[in-house]
Amino acid sequence: MEPTLPLPVPQPNADSLPYWNAARERKLLIRKCNACNELHFMPRHLCPHCWSDRLEWVEARGTGTVHSFTVMRRASHPAFGPLTPYVVALIELDEGPRMVTNVLGDDALSVQIGDRVEVTFETRGEGAMLPQFQRTGEAAR
Amino acid sequence: MKTPHSLKNKVAIVGVGESDIGRVPTMTGLGLNAQAARRALDETGLKPSDIDGVLTAYSFTEPYFMLGSVMCEYLGIKPRFSASISSGGGSPAIMLKHAAEAIASGQAETVLICAGENRATGQSREAALAALLAVGHPYFEQPYGTSIPGFYAMIAQRHMHVCGTTREQMAHVAVNTRSHALLHPNAHMKKPVTLQEVLDAKPIADPLGMLDCCLISDAGGAFIVTSAERARDLKSRPVYLQGIGEYHTHEHLMCAPSLTEFGATESGRIAYEMAQLGPQDMDLAELYDCFSIVPIIELEELGFVKPGEGGAFFAAGHARIGGKLPINTHGGMLSHAHAGAAGGLFGIVEAVRQLRGGLGDRQVKDAEVALVHNEGGILSSHCTVILANERG
Repeated sequence: MEPTLPLPVPQPNADSLPYWNAARERKLLIRKCNACNELHFMPRHLCPHCWSDRLEWVEARGTGTVHSFTVMRRASHPAFGPLTPYVVALIELDEGPRMVTNVLGDDALSVQIGDRVEVTFETRGEGAMLPQFQRTGEAAR
Repeated sequence: MKTPHSLKNKVAIVGVGESDIGRVPTMTGLGLNAQAARRALDETGLKPSDIDGVLTAYSFTEPYFMLGSVMCEYLGIKPRFSASISSGGGSPAIMLKHAAEAIASGQAETVLICAGENRATGQSREAALAALLAVGHPYFEQPYGTSIPGFYAMIAQRHMHVCGTTREQMAHVAVNTRSHALLHPNAHMKKPVTLQEVLDAKPIADPLGMLDCCLISDAGGAFIVTSAERARDLKSRPVYLQGIGEYHTHEHLMCAPSLTEFGATESGRIAYEMAQLGPQDMDLAELYDCFSIVPIIELEELGFVKPGEGGAFFAAGHARIGGKLPINTHGGMLSHAHAGAAGGLFGIVEAVRQLRGGLGDRQVKDAEVALVHNEGGILSSHCTVILANERG
């Protein structure tokens, strides 16, 4: 058994600092463009739809649907080794943008495309919190 | 949108080369590139000093700054046209496009394109895994333990959900390419594999198992591009560029516009339009196959079959040499070789060889026109190439 390594801690930068600060308060933020009203997830200096820099942070409802997922049998990094098998999923937020997270919870391995999920927050050292999702409802099986 | 200036029949590939492939601990990555370049040049009868353009890609195992210049320096070439292109697996076809544009506009006459790395022996197992697995957005994907196989697994899962593609159909892709690799004297994999062995292989990221994933090889590949006029005077049989197109939609999976529609449809459309040909005119296809789901998607996007029919095409054996459309006749990245950008480059090498003819059991009968598709990232950067011999 390899020694347990710490899981990666979120690394804020100038684009994402408000996102990670909000996560510490258990809030999931996304970006809204006040010129074209489009929403996007990965924070940027300008809107990827219209290039306006009139952007604001808005709090997402924190609910969404599993767009796709995989059960990771082989860890990408030794720190994740003890967690295998674990679920990585592409979550479609109810607002539209998609984000990659894990699906956590005792029933995570039975996740299916279309399952309803809600945000939760995982502590990752130094007070940092990582947005994660857990299942709240099943897609029609 | 403006139609690109046509490159049809402006340039030809006149030399192709592969390095020794597999585990080659006696050579560096640059050495593998040089060996492949020399073999490609030897086919043409040209001298190293005839090369006035050099394009290469990137290297994980030998991550030099300015790899293009480093490659020229290593080869002793002083070109008037050089760059290193970092578009992942899409790089080789994109480099061909840049070379063709440079030759067509007179900026270069004879361009060497090479890529490859010593991925199998040039780095520790840990470093290899770290490089291959710990990809993804550094701030928004990697903290979740993502991996390249994991991203493609999510694409496969979605394709299965939306299109009805099955795990067995994907396994057929791996079996198909392995059967072709056994006909190639330089392929990394030498033993046959059964459908059941693919299905039972060590699981990596559901639904992908080890044999759904590309190899980790020491390998370099190279080809020489020159003008169609000059190609006629060389000792090798030229293969002419008919059409080429690229399209880029995203880099990270979280930003992909769709998990079932990618950029190959548009890169293919541009290439077909330039070539004035369609999928029905292709005698074979060399499709990027970093994971078994990928050629299924490309087959659909490039118009060979309808959406959702790619998996059944492979399962029915239509992609075998002798079938309706032989695919990855060298064994692809699943069974011939994969070493960085060399993986997709070998698809170009193989298409050229098929169009020249004389490959024995591996030869696609009467091959005149071939399609090659490269993609990089997570089905992010696409480039489609159509090549033909003088009959095509």
